[in-house]
Amino acid sequence: MSVVPVSYYLVLSAVLFGLGVVAFVFKRNIITILMAIELMLNAVNLAFVAFARAWGQLDGLVFVFFVIVVAAAEAAVGLAIVIRIYQNRQSLNIERVNLLKF
Amino acid sequence: MEFVTQHAVLVVSLVKIVILLFLTLTTLAYLTWFERKVVAHIQSRWGPYYVGAHGLLQPLADGLKFLFKEDLTPPGADKFLYIFAPFLALSLALTTIALIPFGPATITILGQPTQLIVADVNIGLMFVFAITSIGVYGVALAGWSSNSKYPLLGGLRSSAQMISYEVALTLSVVGVVLLAGTLNFNEMISDQTGYYRYLPFIPRWHIFPQIIGFLCYFTSAIAETNRVPFDLPEAETELVAGFHTEYSSFKFAMFFMAEYANMLTVSFLATILFLGGWLSPFPESWTFLQYMPAVVLLGLGVYLAYDAVTGARGIARIQLVVITCGALVLGVLCLLPAVIPIIQGPFWFLLKVGGLLFFYVWTRGTLPRFRYDQLMSLGWKLLLPVSLANLVGTALWIIFPLLVKHG
Amino acid sequence: MTVPFILFFVFALTAIGGALLLILAREPIHSALSLILVMMSLAGLYLMLGAEFVAAVQIIVYAGAIMVLFVFVIMLLNAGVEERTDYSKMAKYAGIPLGILLLLDLAHWMAHSLIGRTPANGAGSANVMVSTRDLSVQLFQKYLFPFEATSILILIAILGALVLAKRDE
Repeated sequence: MSVVPVSYYLVLSAVLFGLGVVAFVFKRNIITILMAIELMLNAVNLAFVAFARAWGQLDGLVFVFFVIVVAAAEAAVGLAIVIRIYQNRQSLNIERVNLLKF
Repeated sequence: MEFVTQHAVLVVSLVKIVILLFLTLTTLAYLTWFERKVVAHIQSRWGPYYVGAHGLLQPLADGLKFLFKEDLTPPGADKFLYIFAPFLALSLALTTIALIPFGPATITILGQPTQLIVADVNIGLMFVFAITSIGVYGVALAGWSSNSKYPLLGGLRSSAQMISYEVALTLSVVGVVLLAGTLNFNEMISDQTGYYRYLPFIPRWHIFPQIIGFLCYFTSAIAETNRVPFDLPEAETELVAGFHTEYSSFKFAMFFMAEYANMLTVSFLATILFLGGWLSPFPESWTFLQYMPAVVLLGLGVYLAYDAVTGARGIARIQLVVITCGALVLGVLCLLPAVIPIIQGPFWFLLKVGGLLFFYVWTRGTLPRFRYDQLMSLGWKLLLPVSLANLVGTALWIIFPLLVKHG
Repeated sequence: MTVPFILFFVFALTAIGGALLLILAREPIHSALSLILVMMSLAGLYLMLGAEFVAAVQIIVYAGAIMVLFVFVIMLLNAGVEERTDYSKMAKYAGIPLGILLLLDLAHWMAHSLIGRTPANGAGSANVMVSTRDLSVQLFQKYLFPFEATSILILIAILGALVLAKRDE
């Protein structure tokens, strides 16, 4: 067949999501953890677009817009928090930020 | 031969890409010559006149100089990023040329119908902006990978400036998109054909209803491409040389070419969006104008021949004779009836682009530099609200007749 | 091995390679660049799925603005090489195998999902591109309220980031 089946895209989305989870759990730098979150959101976007194509509806694509917008807002605020943490702890290692008091 | 006929689209695209790339790289080189000459004449001096007649071999000399310089890497620099950054900047700047229509959408060359565009994408405008957004990385990574204070600061400032003016750039163009109703370049140009009803000598170019948009766009474009008066991050007297301080030899030349290629892209875009692309400002019925390219080239040939006979000596004279012959041959080629319909579109297009590039160089020679905080406040506090207001105004204008009709 | 399949595997392998580089890179700037690589290959996949506008928006917004923000913060904070810490034994010996098991299970169920094996609109080999007009009709008629809500969300995010990142005077 000359068309790539939709399930291929879904498998790729699952793999990317899994790799994002692995990066989220195992990395120590806060910024890298935020990037792992973005990777997971991207994997979800791919699933949305694949389903939009499979069912022939455009709602999936509209949802991708909203996911991108939310990711942008979250990245902005998250990075502002990271800057604050760096100013307070002088370190970007997440194991230094595991206590609630200064 | 069978491969060629079966994959005709591929082969034609490859041929177009090769021709376009060759012409673009030559244009980039001679854009440096053009800039140096014009800035020099603005400053009451001559510019390059020694290397070749009228300094026309200066770009060649500069290219050879860049090739022969020592190519060093600063210690502690991130090797991969250091080599990747200029490559990224130049390749992105050259990619947008593929989306630009140079002529009408259907012409026939040697009996084959084709287009004077490499890739006719339905959302061409969006892709040009996408490529421009990625171009920020070339600057930022160059600053970071040089492992030195001044490039890092210069790179950060430069990329912050670029992303700030990107917003104003994109918004000032949306008014044109509203008027044309499409993101496709070909359709946008065909939306600009014809003349106004009550002012039949003014063509329907988008610059007339969208003059504010054009001014916002062009100002943002000058800031986006890091040109004077917005070139603080790379000025010689400020941060040494900004993000390309630690680059030498050919990598520096690539950044240089990338800057000019960005200028070219932005001028192409301005011509298509606002100045009617490859359309001629004169009515179609004035058919004698189709000989204009030939007249221009033959006139150039005659002037150069006069120069060769009276002014120059030695090698310069030989060069002038060669260029004169080239110009005369091209001029005669433009008189052939097979070539005339093909050459019309690109001729007007390149004329308009040349005018915009001249304007670019003119501002470089005339205006002083903005301070960095003035630059950023201009981008965010003036250009962004003005382009938003332009957008809202255009939208209201378009929807007003419909509102009135439905009460 | 027709052209769509080759393109799909090129993009897919680039995406997975980028994700692996994100995990394995020692410096955050390399992780950021590999994430940009993932996003560009995903944009290519969106183009193959017929969503050209979404692909352009992905490159402009995600790879061209959000990741620029990440790269800026990494450069400003001068985030160097990551420290190597020892993970707990549980994470290493139980976590990774279970993680891989989860991945394979997910992938298996995705592959055998009810969707079937070809796009439902029966277009066959033609890649039907979604037009911007149809997409915008959906966005501004059916999803108008979420659209306005996200604009308020962005406003809140701007205010939050401004307040958080301000220097203490």
